[in-house]
This record gives sequence, C-alpha cells and structure tokens, in this order.
Amino acid sequence: MSGSKPQAIPVTPKGNFSGPVIVDPVTRIEGHLRIDATVENGKIVDVRSSSQLFRGLEIILKGRDPRDAQHFTQRSCGVCTYVHALASTRAVDNAVKVKIPKNATIMRNLVMGSQFLHDHIVHFYHLHALDWVNVANALKADPAKTAALSNSLSANRKETAADFKAVQDKVGALVASGKLGIFTNAYFLGEKKNEAYYLPAEADLMATKHYLDALHMQVKAARAMAIFGAKNPHTQFTVVGGVTNYDALKPERVAEFKALTDEVIAFIKDFYIPDLLAVAGFYKDWSKIGGTTNFFSCGEFPTDEYDLNSRFLPQGVIFKRDIAKVQNFDPKLIKEHVAHSWYVGDKALHPYDGVTEPKYTSLKDKDRYSWMKAPRYADEPMETGPLATVLVAFARGHKPTVDAVNFVLKQLNVGPDALFSTLGRTAARGIETLVIANQMQTWLDALVGNVKAGDSELYTPWKMPQEAEGVGFVQAPRGMLSHWIKIKKGKIENFQLVVPSTWSLGPRCANGKLGPVEEALMGTPIFDPARPVEILRTVHSFDPCIACGVHVLDAKTGKTASFKVL
Amino acid sequence: MKVSVGHGLSGAEKRLEERGISRRHFMKFCGTIAAAMGMGPAFAPKIAAALTSDKRPSVIWLHNAECTGCSESILRTAAPYIDTLILDVISLEYQETIMAAAGEMAEKALQDAMKKPYLCVVEGAIPMKDGGIYGMVGGHTMLDICKKVIPGALATIAYGTCATYGGVQAAKPNPTDSKGVDEVFPKATIINVPGCPPNPANLVGTVVAAIATVVDKKPLPKLDDLKRPVVFFGETVHDKCERLPFFEKDQFAPAFNSPEAKKGYCLYKLGCKGPYTYNNCPTKKFNPLDKGVGVNWPVQAGHPCIGCSEPKFWDTMSPFYEEQK
Repeated sequence: MSGSKPQAIPVTPKGNFSGPVIVDPVTRIEGHLRIDATVENGKIVDVRSSSQLFRGLEIILKGRDPRDAQHFTQRSCGVCTYVHALASTRAVDNAVKVKIPKNATIMRNLVMGSQFLHDHIVHFYHLHALDWVNVANALKADPAKTAALSNSLSANRKETAADFKAVQDKVGALVASGKLGIFTNAYFLGEKKNEAYYLPAEADLMATKHYLDALHMQVKAARAMAIFGAKNPHTQFTVVGGVTNYDALKPERVAEFKALTDEVIAFIKDFYIPDLLAVAGFYKDWSKIGGTTNFFSCGEFPTDEYDLNSRFLPQGVIFKRDIAKVQNFDPKLIKEHVAHSWYVGDKALHPYDGVTEPKYTSLKDKDRYSWMKAPRYADEPMETGPLATVLVAFARGHKPTVDAVNFVLKQLNVGPDALFSTLGRTAARGIETLVIANQMQTWLDALVGNVKAGDSELYTPWKMPQEAEGVGFVQAPRGMLSHWIKIKKGKIENFQLVVPSTWSLGPRCANGKLGPVEEALMGTPIFDPARPVEILRTVHSFDPCIACGVHVLDAKTGKTASFKVL
Repeated sequence: MKVSVGHGLSGAEKRLEERGISRRHFMKFCGTIAAAMGMGPAFAPKIAAALTSDKRPSVIWLHNAECTGCSESILRTAAPYIDTLILDVISLEYQETIMAAAGEMAEKALQDAMKKPYLCVVEGAIPMKDGGIYGMVGGHTMLDICKKVIPGALATIAYGTCATYGGVQAAKPNPTDSKGVDEVFPKATIINVPGCPPNPANLVGTVVAAIATVVDKKPLPKLDDLKRPVVFFGETVHDKCERLPFFEKDQFAPAFNSPEAKKGYCLYKLGCKGPYTYNNCPTKKFNPLDKGVGVNWPVQAGHPCIGCSEPKFWDTMSPFYEEQK
C-alpha cells in the first residue's frame, strides 16, 4: 500500500453556492430517482429523495398461480436479478410448508453468492467509480509510474506501462473523435477543473484500466452464476419445492463453475479490494460524510431455509450506532408510512394491513413527493445493505467478517467509527464481497460431497393448500428484502414486497423522520452546483435499485404463520 | 482483439493499420459480428464498411418502465465485449445505467445527441395512463421523451419484451396502461428484439444490421409480422431444443423429482412453452465467453421455457407450470 497513500488527508472543497440543486435523472443506478436538495453556503440543508416510476406489480399478481410469482417478481429488478425470484420462492415454500432438499438450499446459496460477487464488482467499477475517478485526468498520467503504483497494491498484479499506455490511447481516441459516448458531460469534465475530484493522475489511469477489465470480469461472474441458474440476468432454475438443475450436478459442470469462480475471486482479492483501499485512501475525508443511525439485516445463506439463525451471515438490529447492543430482528415491528408519498392516506400500517391508492400530486410538492413508501422498524428509519450486514456480523463476532473489517480498517488506518459514512458504506460492500467469496468453496464442497455420497435430490413434492400464508426473507446485495404471500383457493389473494431500496431511499415518514439517504445527504458539501458529484457519491454508496421500491398492495389483514423467525 | 475504428472520422483503416491492427484482423472481427447475426461470411465486408464509415450514427438508449435487466443483458455480450461495442463500434451518447453524467448534464447529453443522426434503442414499456405520470425522467414523462426522440431516429430498436409488447407491467390488469413502442409509434421505423431479457447477441446483430441499413442503404433485415428479425426469431425454441428427441418418442418428465427429470427428458408436461415461442435460446444459449455459445439456458437447467419473448406471454403462457391449453 505504500505507493498509494497520500501525504495528508485532503479536505473536500466546499463552494459558497446557495439555492436548489436537483439531480434528475440520477444515472448509474437501477430505476428512476430524483434528488431535490437545498444548498446553503455550499452545504446541503434540506433534501428529498423521490422515486419516479410506478408499475403496480402486486396488483398484477392477484389471482394468479402462486408458483408463477417468482417469475413476475424477478422482473422487479434486472440488476439485483435472482433475489426476488428467491424471496418469492421462499415465501411460497413457506406457505405450502415444503422442506426442500439440502442440495437445493446449497444450489440456491451458490447462485446467491455468485450474484453478490457479480453485483458488487459491477457496482464498484461501473456504477460508483466515476464518482471518484477522473477519466480525463488519466491522460496526464505517466504509464510507467502507474504500473509501479498498481503492482505495489498486490503481489499478484503484473501490469506493464504498455498496458496503461494502451488504455490512454483508447481514451485519447475517444477525446480526439469528439464523441465521448458514455463519458459525455461527466462531472469531472468542464472548462474549469472540478476540485471535488482529487486522485493523482496515475490512480485515475489505474482505475480507468480496471474499469475496462472489470467489464470483462463481470461477464465471467455472470457466466458462473448461469451454470447453476440457467442464465443471467433472470435465472430460471428455482421452483417451489427446490431447484431443477440436475445438469449442474455433473462433475464437468461443477469444475466449470469452480474455474470461473476462482478467477472472479482472484480478481476480487487482487484488484477490487486493493483498488477500493487505494481510492479510499485518497478520499479519507469521506469517512466523516454520509453516515446514518440505525441498521438491520435478516442474514443470508441458510442451512435450514426456515430458521433465520441458521444463516451464515447473521440477522440483527443496531440502533443509534451502538454495536455493543445488537438485537434480534422481529418482523412484527415493520410498518409502512405513506404520509409523504403519492398515495392516499397517512396511516402507518404493517405490510399485511396496508391499503393503498396511488395519488400523484406534482414534482413541486414538498409534502408528498415519491412513489416509494417509507418503511420503519420500531418507528425508526433503518439502513440496510452491505454496511448493515457487516455491522451486524461484526457486532455478533462473526469471525470471517471481524477479520475482514479489521484488515480494511488497518489498511486505511482508521477506527471503526469511519464505517458510519459514505466511504464506510462503500468499503463495507467490499468487505461483504470478500467474506462471501471466501465461503463459496465450502458450499461447493458440500454439494459435491452430497452427490458423491449418492444424494442428488433437488426437489421435494408438495400440494397446493386451499388457504395459506408465507413469507420469504432474503438479504440481497442491496439489503433486506421480504415477500409476503396470502393464498386463497389455491391462488394469490395478496402479495407484498418490502424491498431494500424503500428502506434506504424512501421519503420521510409520518413522524417527519428523514429516510436514510436523506439523512446521509444532510450537511454534504457541494463544490460546484452544476456538477454536484458529492450527491452522487453518497447516493451511489447505497447502490440504489428502485424499480422494485415502488409498489401497491391491497391487502386485508393477516399475520405470518409457521415461519420460525427466531 | 480490441478494435478501435470509426469515431466519425475518415481514414479509419489507415488508423487501424497505424495501431497495428491489420485488415485481416479487422475483417475477422467483422466476421464475428456477421456470425452473431446469423449471416454468412459474405456479409463481413458490408459490416466493415458500416463500421468504418464517416457517417456512423450515434446511439441513444432510453429507459422507460423496466427493470434494467435488458441493460444488464447487453453488458454480458462477449462478441464483441461491451467496451468494444460502446467505445469502438458505436457511440453510446445517452444510457442512464452506465453514463457518467447525471441530472442536467445528462439531459444536455441527450439534447446534444439528438442534433446528429442517431439510432434509438428503447428499453421498457411506455406508461400511458393519466398522461404518463407513472414514469418520469428529469421532470418529463417517458411518453413525452419518447415523442421527442423516437420520430427523429434513423431507426428504433425496441429491446426486450417490455419495449416490444408492454412486458410485465402490461400484464393484466395493466394498472398503468403500459404499451410497447410499436403500438404507440406505429409510423416509426421499428425493429423488435423481444425476450425477458433478450439474448444480447440478438441486439448486437440487430444494431449492426441497422447501421448497415442506414450507412450503406441496405434493406432492413427481414422481419416477421411481429417486426422481429427472422434470423433470430424464425424458428421455435422447441424446433431446436436438445430435448426434442424425447418429445418425439413421447418421453416426458412427469415431476421435477422424477427419474425422467433427472435423465433430461422433455419438460412439456411440466409446462414448457418452447413449442409456442419463437427464439434462438437453444442454439445461442446465454452468457457466452468470446465467440463461443452460451453456457446454459433454462431447459438445459431442467426448467420449462416460460415463453418470455412472445407478446403478452405473462397472460397467454401462464400458469407457467401447466401444459398449454
């Protein structure tokens, strides 16, 4: 790391602008998001996060075959693909009370693990990096010095000056053509330098090359996922009762998966994590910007699908940043507020009791301003996602997580408080990736061992009940996801999705408490109101994925039955 | 191989040579594209001409009501890889999922791109109800943005089942009255590439064909009555399925845990919609590396086809686990 550490911690430059700053569309996310901020003397003093698309998937699900729900809900999101298919399948598994074979759970875990590895690589390099990396500045770098910098970050890197020169040529050709394509009007471009970007040119060039390399690596990560999941995006191998993919039990398919996954994991260890630490090392001031207060996770990667406590990553709740007091997660404490959303009414209700009617007002309305509802847990806004997962696991003494957190904090030479920030959130995503990557082989070995011992069962038969209820919890790459189903006469009577991005990016609640992204943006310095990259840094650190955040339900009442939560 | 060619400038072949890329290598690359389109090697020179032309158009990619799965799918292209496609083959001027700019700067990028000739790719359906207020970008309804961009495009490729036929949000009762591009803009030049998401090879081939059409005045690729390129959508999934021999011998898997399911028998009785679905999934498969075919597809993974590239499949092909009536 010696080559990457700056001499002194920089200070994010602050402008003196006062007035509104609206970012719409927020790009490099999934979905349609608008951030409406009020800036006073170069700092955000008020902000609203507004979701701009309504699709009504839950209305569409009513009256359909419960087995089909996974295919509809998976189309909530093609970026965090699979997670909705899994949540729906778990919800119906739970409703029909089928105990799926061990191998089915392992195969679901392997696909979920692959999804994390793929998703977090793409987020860091392709959705988030351009908030920190100035691609144009890379043209000024010395390729030889860049190679030296890069190779100092990992013993397994063997990059040459010629490699970096080729990337400079590629970027240079774009500039010479006058057609910048995806880099057109980037916040790092402009007649005047945007002082909010302050990586050295060599670090910019290094990151630009790895941006391109990662575009190829994500193809392999998705390919690995498709060996078990049939395709990516939008897997097609889960069914209520288990999974269908007998073909993937063949030794040659397992070997193909292992080879691809090993390559992806090597990339994570030799490139993603060192790049993350290097860039973070230059932007350490962002460890004091963009924090929130409360965190929770339902945990992920079960051995028993119905027991949240069997999950490799543990469930838990942290209030007021107090990691000494981690509590058990209790789904009964979830309520959804609509007082500041484009729906009729203002009562906070448990998901099963909700009644919702869309009622759009306008983009100028400061009172009702989003298609998202505002979910609250014990009346508090909660951050979910990698930072929450990592904090809960760290607080519970989950050794792989504790080790990874300590490694990252030591490398950055910061204390645990630094985690409560934009930088901490981005670092936690890397930590989560590393912890899951290190566990993949264990799951694969378990599957291979079972098959060798003669157990190739993937599916348990079951019968559709006339009436039933079920819930499926998934800790997705973006955080806690739950699907709630009520079955009547063998059909879907009600279906409800409570998704990560409503937790993190929803609006104010009836009590006037800001949503987590709103809280995180308060006080953020803005250098140039025409190029407010600082807003993107914090918003992207949550990895917004919001097409699924917008929903309507028309449920009567109900409560979860037979789901062993704790 | 990395190929950096046109960038709207003349003398592309000379520049390629200067950078050590021989004509032979370049033509090999073009042959790969031709193969991706399902066309013979004779088509490669036409593609080369299109890609090195001074008049190569920009591409504007619009996001409507969608899940971004189609954008993600194109990131998985391997012939060519996405960086070659968007930095060297086309100029992707506006694409909300990957573009660097945001907010007003992004809107400006869109407006500037429309001043030059452009192809349009549309992802997602257009919400029509209540004047389109269920989907907004930059304070404008998706409908209004489409009205500004699509009529001026050289050609519009509707990519994915939402953009082509309305997709999941248009499933009954279609709460937002979402529609496919062709239904809203019947007079526009439209090529439909359906799928949920589609195979990215089908988009790469269609984009290159559209460029060849625009630049070389070649006829559009042959389309069927649903405006799908026949080279990709001319046969059913069933016709090319590796499990077809089982179907022909009446050998069906009766349950997902049956010995027949484990042996890879036909999934028709478990609800497979392959006979009713026109697409090239069994031959192209998904998630390829380099020029190879993909690594898997649903039927190989033991799961029935759900018919995801057919119009209104969410209603007409469901329940998915029942035999089609």
